[in-house]
Amino acid sequence: MNSAPPPLPVAPKPRTLLHGVILGGFCLGFGSLLAVTARVTKQDIALRAMEDRQASLSQVIPDGIHDNNLLRDTVTIKDAHDRAVTVYLARMKGRLAALAYPISGTGYGGKIKLMLGVDTGGRILGVRVLSHHETPGMGDKIEVGKSNWILRFTGLSIGNPPLHLWKVKKDGGQFDDFAGATITPRAVVLAIRNGLEFFAANKARLTGGKP
Amino acid sequence: MTSDYKTIVRDGLWDNNGVLSMLLGMCPTMAMTTSATNGLGMGLATAAVMAASSFLVALFRRLISQEVRIPVFVLIVASMVTLVDLAMNAWMHALYKVLGLFIPLIVSNCLPLARLEAFAAKSKALPALVDGLFMGLGFTLALTLIGAVREILGSGTLFANASLLLGPPFKAMELRILPANMGVLMMILPPGGFLVTGLLVVVKRLFDLRAGKEIRMSGAHCAA
Repeated sequence: MNSAPPPLPVAPKPRTLLHGVILGGFCLGFGSLLAVTARVTKQDIALRAMEDRQASLSQVIPDGIHDNNLLRDTVTIKDAHDRAVTVYLARMKGRLAALAYPISGTGYGGKIKLMLGVDTGGRILGVRVLSHHETPGMGDKIEVGKSNWILRFTGLSIGNPPLHLWKVKKDGGQFDDFAGATITPRAVVLAIRNGLEFFAANKARLTGGKP
Repeated sequence: MTSDYKTIVRDGLWDNNGVLSMLLGMCPTMAMTTSATNGLGMGLATAAVMAASSFLVALFRRLISQEVRIPVFVLIVASMVTLVDLAMNAWMHALYKVLGLFIPLIVSNCLPLARLEAFAAKSKALPALVDGLFMGLGFTLALTLIGAVREILGSGTLFANASLLLGPPFKAMELRILPANMGVLMMILPPGGFLVTGLLVVVKRLFDLRAGKEIRMSGAHCAA
């Protein structure tokens, strides 16, 4: 009953420290490699992101109608849901010619981000999808590279068509949906309609005031 | 493991194919094979990461002790993925916009890790590089095949948008096999991925049986 417990087997000399040093060494080495890469690429990546933004802006606002740098000429205002929206202003010889701002809708796979360009009368100059998570082969026809569906909005405005037709055909509106995907075009149509209403609500502030 | 390059190449591409024989890397296989182009893009990005990480592991194999090898392998794969991601974003931006989505997914693929453990850790640097590269290309082959079958049945096209990935000269690759709206939607959705992968595994075995090869069924111990 009271016999002493057998002595514990003597563990081989632990080399934990050595393994720790090896692992730590590799972490340090590859960590520094990544830090250097991040540093080297940082400027180029920021530049590419700016070029992307510029490219998406020039798709919704024709280059010919303005002579300023859109990325430098912005104003931030709150939308109906109190979210800050950055509006890019296109000016020709100082006179406001057009505006572009990001809009978004909720599609089948999450948020669909778009860029909407309108002239000072609220007519659509162009609208493009910036990013989305819709089903490949179905919902992704909203991309201009995959289908020309998104181009049909050019020239439209609130009132053309009338507000009650700003829906997909399935909901009694005038915009086609795609085979197998209704949620995606519905979200895009709604986002554009909201975007136009945002302009209408802020028209005085956006077009008046500044030179 | 032999270091005979011919065997390495044949193992990687067909005999011991990562997806069709070992059933490894199922997560990116299911997620990215909705079209042949997506499969090709994911495969090529994976091949690059596999070649680089296999080479590095073989180079440092005497330094990496048994006890910490797994974290070191994960570290090396993750570093290579991040490196490729950053470099492509900065200097190959057009390609990055198409492939960028796939690159972080490579970390969730256990095929690179399996090859590091099974081959690169015991091999010289050059054979390891070849093994990583051709295992990656075998993965590309399988993903492109699965993607092609799913795309033809699901959307009726083949290699749609390939020119976005490979450049404008490849526009001629983009084919329409079936009329639009004839596609079976399910094939593009997740169930189609499992069905097509399963059927292609069977097709590969029938080929091997006919050729009188013994069926090799390794792996399946990790199906991430």
